[in-house]
Amino acid sequence: MFAYINIKFLKLFSIRLTILLDTSKSKTYFSAVINRDKVETKIDFICNQSLVSISINPATSTLDFIRKNLNLTGTKEGCHEGDCGACTVLVGELIGEEITYKTINSCLVPIASLQGKHLVTIEGLNNSTLTPIQNSFVKEGGSQCGFCTPGFIVSLTGSLLNKKENYSEMIESIDGNICRCTGYSSIKNSIKNIESNLHKTLNVDDNYLRTLVENNFLPEYFLEIPKRLKKIIDIKPSSTTISSEKAYLIAGGTDIFLQKENEILEAGLNFIEHDQQQKIWEDNNYIFVKAYTTVNEIQDSLIFKKYFPEINSYFNIFGSHQIRNKATLGGNIVNASPIGDMTVFFLSLNPTIRLKNGKSFREILLKNFFKSYKTLNKEKDEILDLLYFPIPSKNSYTNFEKVSRRKHLDIASVNTAVHLVKENKFINNISVSAGGVAPYPLLLIKTSDFLIGNEINCKTILEAVKIAQTEIAPISDVRGSKEYKSLLLRQLLFAHFLKLFPEQINEEELYEQI
Amino acid sequence: MSRYDLIQHVRGESYFVDDFISPEGTLYASIFFSPKAHGKIKSLNIDEAKISNGIKAIFTSADIPGENQIGGIIPDEELLVNDEVNYIGQPIAIVVAETPLLAKQARDKIKIDISELPVITDPRESFKKGNLIIPPQIFSLGDVDNAWKNCDLIVSGKAETSGQEHLYLETQSALAFPTEGGGIKIYSSTQGPTVVQRTVAKVLGISMNKVEVDTLRLGGGFGGKEDQANAWAAMAALASFKLKKPVKLVLSRQEDIKLTGKRHPYSSDYKIGLDKNGKIIAYEVAFYQNAGASADLSPAILDRTLFHSTNSYYIPNVKATGYCCKTNLPPNTAFRGFGGPQAMFVIETAIYKAAEKMGIDPLIIQEKNLLNEGDEFPYGQKIKNSNLRRCWNELDEKYHLARIKNSIEDYNKANKFLKKGIAVMPVCFGISFTNTFMNQASALVHIYSDGSIGITTAAIEMGQGINEKLRKVAANIFSIDINKIKIEASNTTRIANASPTAASSSADLNGKALEIACHSLRDRLTSSIRQDLKIENNIAVHIKDEIVYIIDKPTKLKWEDIIKSAFMKRVNLSSQSQYATPEISFNKKISKGYPFAYYSMGTSIIEITLDCLRGIYKIDSVKVVHDFGKTLDKIIDKGQAEGAIVQGLGWMTIEDIVYNDQGKLLTDSLSTYKIPDINFSPDNIDINFLENSVNPMGIFNSKAIGEPPLIYGIGVYFALMNAMKAFRPKKIFNISAPLTPEKILLSLYSNYTDHLTSING
Repeated sequence: MFAYINIKFLKLFSIRLTILLDTSKSKTYFSAVINRDKVETKIDFICNQSLVSISINPATSTLDFIRKNLNLTGTKEGCHEGDCGACTVLVGELIGEEITYKTINSCLVPIASLQGKHLVTIEGLNNSTLTPIQNSFVKEGGSQCGFCTPGFIVSLTGSLLNKKENYSEMIESIDGNICRCTGYSSIKNSIKNIESNLHKTLNVDDNYLRTLVENNFLPEYFLEIPKRLKKIIDIKPSSTTISSEKAYLIAGGTDIFLQKENEILEAGLNFIEHDQQQKIWEDNNYIFVKAYTTVNEIQDSLIFKKYFPEINSYFNIFGSHQIRNKATLGGNIVNASPIGDMTVFFLSLNPTIRLKNGKSFREILLKNFFKSYKTLNKEKDEILDLLYFPIPSKNSYTNFEKVSRRKHLDIASVNTAVHLVKENKFINNISVSAGGVAPYPLLLIKTSDFLIGNEINCKTILEAVKIAQTEIAPISDVRGSKEYKSLLLRQLLFAHFLKLFPEQINEEELYEQI
Repeated sequence: MSRYDLIQHVRGESYFVDDFISPEGTLYASIFFSPKAHGKIKSLNIDEAKISNGIKAIFTSADIPGENQIGGIIPDEELLVNDEVNYIGQPIAIVVAETPLLAKQARDKIKIDISELPVITDPRESFKKGNLIIPPQIFSLGDVDNAWKNCDLIVSGKAETSGQEHLYLETQSALAFPTEGGGIKIYSSTQGPTVVQRTVAKVLGISMNKVEVDTLRLGGGFGGKEDQANAWAAMAALASFKLKKPVKLVLSRQEDIKLTGKRHPYSSDYKIGLDKNGKIIAYEVAFYQNAGASADLSPAILDRTLFHSTNSYYIPNVKATGYCCKTNLPPNTAFRGFGGPQAMFVIETAIYKAAEKMGIDPLIIQEKNLLNEGDEFPYGQKIKNSNLRRCWNELDEKYHLARIKNSIEDYNKANKFLKKGIAVMPVCFGISFTNTFMNQASALVHIYSDGSIGITTAAIEMGQGINEKLRKVAANIFSIDINKIKIEASNTTRIANASPTAASSSADLNGKALEIACHSLRDRLTSSIRQDLKIENNIAVHIKDEIVYIIDKPTKLKWEDIIKSAFMKRVNLSSQSQYATPEISFNKKISKGYPFAYYSMGTSIIEITLDCLRGIYKIDSVKVVHDFGKTLDKIIDKGQAEGAIVQGLGWMTIEDIVYNDQGKLLTDSLSTYKIPDINFSPDNIDINFLENSVNPMGIFNSKAIGEPPLIYGIGVYFALMNAMKAFRPKKIFNISAPLTPEKILLSLYSNYTDHLTSING
């Protein structure tokens, strides 16, 4: 596959570009030096089969790089804000001996984050014959205008690379891909077709990557990638920026890249250092989560699954699959959005956060971290390092509720979480959090205080929602009027209790009262 | 496997305008647009922008060599504003630089001072002020004024639908470069290459033969690129023409949403009269169409609103009036259904409200008044070959409406906060451009000497599968392997004076034109064979599966042989043809005539579950029996129906366009404007093809399918209303579409908000 070396040199992109194509028999070497007055970073990664070694502004969007510099135009720009999935690519990362592939929105990812990784675009999935995924889309008419299609193919391939082969898992993998033509029926049929073929061919116990290659889901070169990545994995990106003072610190970057792409291009960026080995652990009756842990990692963690069996149903409506693969816990908290889904969920667990400043640490309760709209109880040089909370006790119950105009890949009008300990019919302890009803994610302290010691029944809940109304100050915006948000919070508080304790709330009585 | 376009799509190998390898030295344009909805430009300061990094040029209206005018129906739209801005997003200057980013950076340095004028966003307010774009349009049948006294029940009210963003995944884009002799060539993402050509020629002040427009495919159109691709192509062309360099203009998503028009919002007043059995006797309706700041296609869209004011029903006394109201919003434009869905929503609301008052199910009124063969529409045409009742009956037989209703009743009794709702939605949609002259198309077919075939028409592939349908037409006529046939990009030098790909009619018109061209080639080939084999005219010769048959006996002659021989004999292996729909006509002066070649029709059942605690809902199923005629391709037609239905569902539910009273769009990105995703779309969309339907007006008896099924989506509004009623049986709900979760929850608990208002004073 020599098509991938079609690199276009545009004077417009003043970059120093070195591309090494490493195939069995030929070695092609290009190099171009074009002047630019800004400091750049040297980055090494593999794109499809080619080694890319390049000096470039580290904040360059991966999507722009793929399309304009590499001239790989199968990856499409549909929105440049992570809301359509047309630019979905796979990023493979070597952790130990294992390579893990995740789908991401290439429009929200700075090129420097690819250092030492394997970037796969739709072109990198093409074989001489159609893959079974591609074939199903052709057969079932899962593509109409074709603009969104490469994104769907890449997302679904990512699903299989993560051994997610059931219909519902594959649907989940494309919850960040928008199609305006098909109405999705033919895409669902395509997935059913993929699923039925899979069960005939794949054996999960084998070397999985090899199995996928043998069954034509992936081109053969994938097998060589781990070995090739090892050669470049230890190269650290050279220092990045014009002025490290101004440089942005990036964890996942899915929100800041959306809001400040141009500023980051100007000021440069640094990445928060990751320790891939330990992200979530239990110790001494506490659960610890590193700030750089992604939504997806929390969702998939056995610890969270153990204590929060319903966690998938809560987290599956945070952003999209692609966003969850990239967005971090720390980013969600520090972003301080009034409707941050993860923040609202964790607030109800009343966690402590640890802030790091050079070598010193400081701990505060998460509920005390927010001062006013987008203003934090945080020094300029402090970095959110860790969050921890007590392991939920046996009699504890958790629920998360979110309403947005569209259930998936949408921002909440109101979200709320509850975590409580019950004894007989009474509430022993409770924390209720709410987003979208104040300038920052809110812990409903008065409401929670009122509920402690009370019996769970219709009367208590009706009283509690009245108190909740005194704690909130929603504003009207594009997510809903303040009247709506206020009403919605009331309804979602009802929903918590109706869902957790249906036997203690009389629906008829509630209906009559509201 | 024949779908070569799909094979390219799934491999990411299909080209869209932004994917073409740009010519050396390509420059990039960015548009500076009005930040205010209405006012006079006092000053425009480009001093800082002029010296911005990488800047090549800035063009304003003063730089236009031809006419600063892009209005199609009415010349009321400047390409670049000279004096008075009329909406936020109206283009004022074109900024050209070395990269897209540098162009945007320079653009952001332009300063403008506008002396503001009053802003109108509401069509009724515009009507009151007399700001109509065209005079009121009236369609009438019978005598409405005298009919009211014969009615047992009269219901009147207001019905409103919001706009809808097209959200084609590929944004508006054009790449222009200069050609020799002062000409220009444009790769444009447009549904109408001829309209782009005409517009560019006018703006540049050159003749049409100097403008070449080429369109390979679109990443979705839905009407949004029928007329509104013109401006961007013209701007790229203007910059390229002036600079003598290639210029690319690709709108960002946010720009596309902000700068382009959408489906028209309508506010309407209706009055419906029925007898005690539910037979509709009279219907009067006034449509206030929110046209935006200039005419665009609004007058034609208003026509279709009036044509479809009675949807699938026969009503003996009708008066429908349409007002095309000018407002300070981007000019609204074509969107799948072209004004028809808005009209049908109003008659369905009227029926729903009448049924509510009578205490009966709306479907009783719907069924009772369904069109019968020969019934007359308010514009004088009588329905022929109507399969409406057949569709309705087959749907009922297959799914048992009464049974569904019973099981819903049981469910609703058993559940307090979860309620199911159902609605039936029929559709009858006229097929043809209502502007009769536009119902023409041409085709150009080349048979190359190796036997492969290249076809050009003006039909633009935008996902609707037209290329595959055209290939099937040619493959069928020649009886050859479909893989020998390629559909070329549409290009104005090969196909001239074409109508846009619109009105669901591209397969009909272009397919028929192609049929004529293929027939004449086939006739030439048959004569050539006769000559070669020395066969008399009275002996039948034909080609089947690429082999020549004499009478019914196969010969050794293959397709490649006969092509080679014909070529050597200097037979013309190219054919150009034109087709014009016969019979149709319409007299605009009296609003009567025979505007449609035929009707597309069918019926659907929509079922939903409403979570009355949270105000959110799930669309459970959409079940359809539709008359596709004799389908050319079942997968394509089914895909068109499914896609259209989900767009209709989105329009009625979560797709909410919000402007503030200063004309600023608040839902200007994909994070605020939500369209259906895979989880929103119903798992059960059941499309049934009506058996034994033929349509001589369509190619190979097929029927148009692009737009009509969108209307089924309207049913979800009434299904939701039905569920709300189950939750609050005593309440009368009056809610405009779309039925967002917010509107539903606030309506279900209106006592709560009353309470809030009372405590907050």
